[in-house]
Amino acid sequence: MSETLREIGFVAARSVRRTVRQPALIVPSIVFPLVLLAVSSSGLTAATKLPGFPTHSYLDFALTVCFMQGALFAAITAGTELATDIESGFLDRLQLTPLRPVAVLVGQLAGAAVLSLLATVVYLVVGVIAGVTIKAGVGGALVLIVLAMLVSMAMAGIGSLMASRTGRAEAVQGLFPLLFVTLFLSSANFPRNLMPVTWFRDIATYNPVSYLVEGMRSLVITGWDSTALAKGFGFAVVIAGLSFYGAARGLRTRMART
Amino acid sequence: MSPDNGIRAAGLVRDFKGDIRAVDGIDLEVAPGEIYGFLGPNGAGKSTTVHMLTTLLPPTAGSATVAGFDVATQGPEVRRRIGAALQEAALDSFLTGREHFELQGGLHGLPKAERRSRADELLARVGLTDAADRKVGGYSGGMKRRLDLALALVHHPTILFLDEPTTGLDPQSRSALWEEVGRLARVDGVTVFLTTQYLEEADVLADRVGIIDRGRIVAEGTPSALKAEVGRPSVEVVPADPGQAEAIAALLSRFGEPASSSPKGVAVRLSDGADELGAVVRALDTEGLRYADLRVHAPSLDDVFLAKTGRSLEGAAEEPAEEQAAAA
Repeated sequence: MSETLREIGFVAARSVRRTVRQPALIVPSIVFPLVLLAVSSSGLTAATKLPGFPTHSYLDFALTVCFMQGALFAAITAGTELATDIESGFLDRLQLTPLRPVAVLVGQLAGAAVLSLLATVVYLVVGVIAGVTIKAGVGGALVLIVLAMLVSMAMAGIGSLMASRTGRAEAVQGLFPLLFVTLFLSSANFPRNLMPVTWFRDIATYNPVSYLVEGMRSLVITGWDSTALAKGFGFAVVIAGLSFYGAARGLRTRMART
Repeated sequence: MSPDNGIRAAGLVRDFKGDIRAVDGIDLEVAPGEIYGFLGPNGAGKSTTVHMLTTLLPPTAGSATVAGFDVATQGPEVRRRIGAALQEAALDSFLTGREHFELQGGLHGLPKAERRSRADELLARVGLTDAADRKVGGYSGGMKRRLDLALALVHHPTILFLDEPTTGLDPQSRSALWEEVGRLARVDGVTVFLTTQYLEEADVLADRVGIIDRGRIVAEGTPSALKAEVGRPSVEVVPADPGQAEAIAALLSRFGEPASSSPKGVAVRLSDGADELGAVVRALDTEGLRYADLRVHAPSLDDVFLAKTGRSLEGAAEEPAEEQAAAA
């Protein structure tokens, strides 16, 4: 076990170094969600007047969308990094050492994790400066960071799964629009109970992303909502578990050394 | 060196999806401390063989031992004893040279102090001390290859696999790498298995050469023995008027069978050796065939390849690289 942790440490150190040395990875994943937040919160304020809208500030409502978008960037970052290593032959270099496949998978996520943590804190700080009140208080903000990180890692697992199966960075990047549509077809931009179109509401209800968003959002606009949090953490853990399992299997097949 | 620092393969086969047989029953034996050159065109099966011998790819059939351990069933034991610089030096352009040593040495289980001292020693050996703390993205092709070679040595391997280590390098970087590889074998006693598509590289560097074509070894021996087997020199004539190339080829065919030549020239291997040269020149004069250049070539490894496969090594390299597609 200690050997595995040691290996994870070396792979993680490399992953973090790579990530922090690529501004092209960091800047869009922080700026893009904040720009969308500024646009949506200024343009959709009227939605808060609808009877039953859960808060009076659309900014409070929409802040969580940043965390989800940040998680999508984590998926692409983690997946692209792994796929690039497969394509370039760097994985073969690693395979010639005693390194275990699980250490590759976990270690490679370190860069995406650092990026997600940085992005999550920035979203939160910018949100608070812009006037967002976290109903669950400071403790709630910390739980929000933990849940946002867990969601990011679940999404990073999906990116890694795609990378381990296809071995191609382009295939991983092709995942982004798909994940973005999944986010759009959730309760990210509008509460499910107020969705007037039935099919849209049904899709949003079956879409796990809705529960990830609602779990995080509950801490901002409701306070401590155990049901929303349980669903949020539950779905995040299930998605992470399934995606990591699939990615680990894919990587084991790809690391076909004897 | 231990007598187990050799490489042995018997009937090694590797098939890929789509009925592609990249390696078709290879037998070879590399002695400890020997530099073995594996020469062949793209797609011949060189890299697939290296992938099997370095345990990255299980063989479909046959067996091989490296350092006395079975590549199919004792992978970790093999990997502990080998170093490898595979095709297209896969380095991380965002890491520095020294950080590569930190990663690779760490994954091989070297303690921190040893990682540092080994990095200093190897970086100095390949002339990269000054560039050690620069990101690899700014390295030249030659520097990357030298770093790749140094990284392969970090854990003191006794057998080194180099897959086309000088492809794409300028002549100066190429000779620097040859010198270092030669030193590793002669001074440190490291066994070197080197694949190449360069005749000169195999000729200059290798103690013995295995020529591979379409997954099979078609000739094996020391470069001088292989060339002696082909035996006779060839004469190459470059026509002054390209329109006369056919007539010159017809004339030359009276003196021997076709041999490899430069794109503008026509060549034959002289049936009766260099003594026939005078007769060739007289015949050209008699028939009024003018030439821009006429030279005699001693037998080369390309002649060996041609004699064994009926094709020139350079021409064969134009064939589709099935091996690379399949290995991807």
